[in-house]
Amino acid sequence: MEKSGQHSPIAEADFDNIKIDGCDGANRQESAERFAANLKYLLVGIVFGIVFLKAEIVSWFRIQEMFRLDSFHMYGVIGSAVLVGLTSVWLIRKFNIRTLSGEAVTIADKTFDKGQIYGGVLFGIGWAITGACPGPLFAQIGAGYLAVAVTLLSAIGGTWVYGLVRARLPH
Amino acid sequence: MEILELLKRPWPWYVAGPLIGLTVPVLLLLGNKSFGISSSLRHICAAVIPAGLPFFKYNWRKESWNLFFVAGIAIGGFIGNFWLGNPDAIVVADDTRQTLAALGVQDFSGLMPGDIFAVSNVFTLKGLIFFVLGGFLVGFGTRYAGGCTSGHAIMGLSNLQWPSLVATVCFMVGGFACTHLLLPFLLDLVR
Repeated sequence: MEKSGQHSPIAEADFDNIKIDGCDGANRQESAERFAANLKYLLVGIVFGIVFLKAEIVSWFRIQEMFRLDSFHMYGVIGSAVLVGLTSVWLIRKFNIRTLSGEAVTIADKTFDKGQIYGGVLFGIGWAITGACPGPLFAQIGAGYLAVAVTLLSAIGGTWVYGLVRARLPH
Repeated sequence: MEILELLKRPWPWYVAGPLIGLTVPVLLLLGNKSFGISSSLRHICAAVIPAGLPFFKYNWRKESWNLFFVAGIAIGGFIGNFWLGNPDAIVVADDTRQTLAALGVQDFSGLMPGDIFAVSNVFTLKGLIFFVLGGFLVGFGTRYAGGCTSGHAIMGLSNLQWPSLVATVCFMVGGFACTHLLLPFLLDLVR
C-alpha cells in the first residue's frame, strides 16, 4: 500500500489517491471530473437519505430493536441490500459493464489488519450508543435532530485522533 | 394523492434494502466510486484540520464526490422527515419499548428518544455520553476498522471481501455487548 514508484506494473496503490487505508469509499475514476459532475452524487445522496429516513434506519429505536433481536427490520434491510449489491457487482463483472465515461469498473480489495477487530468493536459500541452509523448521522441532522451535529463533530474528532495515534495502535 | 400517502408511511425493509443495495452499482457506474460513508469524516479532517498528519495527506478534492454524497443524505433526511414525514408515531417493538422504558427512556413519539437527543442536553452528562462519547467511538472506530456499515457490511460483502465480514461481525459484537452490558449502566447514570 505504500509504493510510490511511478512505473511499477499495475501497482494497485499507484492507482489510488489515498495511499494509507484508502479503499473505503474510494474514487477510482481516472479521468478528472468537473465540479458540476459532483451534483450527480448529491442526487444519489438525496435519494439515499430519503430511504434512510423513510425506512427509519436512522432511528435510535430501530437500532435498539436490532441489538435486542426484537425486530427483523434492520436485518432485512442490511441482508437484502447486501444481496442486491452482491448480484450487481457480479453482473458488472460478468458482462464487463463500464462506467459512464467508459472505464472498466474496479474495486479495491480490503486488506485484513487487526483494526477491523478492535475498531469494529469500538464502532459497534458507538453505534449502539448513538443509534447511528456515519450515514444516518447526516440524515438525522437533516431531519431536524440538531443535537446530532455535536455527535458528528465528535465523530470527526474521533477520526482525527485516529489519524494522530495511528502509528501506535496495533494493526 | 394516494401515492403520496403511501410514501409517507414507513417503508418496509424489502423496499429500503434493495434500494440501498442499488447504491453500490449506481456509484460504480456513475464514476467508479466505491460505496463508503465514513470516509467523508476523513475527507473533512483532510480538508479542514490536516495538521501535517500523514494519514490526512492526500488530495481530498479528488474525493469531494463523497462530501456531495453525504450532503445529499442530509438533504434527503430533511425531505424524508418534513415533506414525506410519517404523520403517526413510530411503532417500536413491544419488548424493546418495555425494556427501554424500564431503563428510563420516556419519549417514544419520534424517530429518536426526545428525552436524550434534544439540543438542551448538549451541555449535560447526557450530551457528553450520547453525543460526545458515542460520536467519538463512531468516528474513531470506523476509521480504525477501515469502514463502516456501508463500506464494509454492504460494499465489502458485496465484493466478497472476507476482512469486511470480520469487521461486520465485530460491529455486531460491539453493538450487542454495548446494548446489553453498557447501555443499562449509561441510561442509569443519566436518569
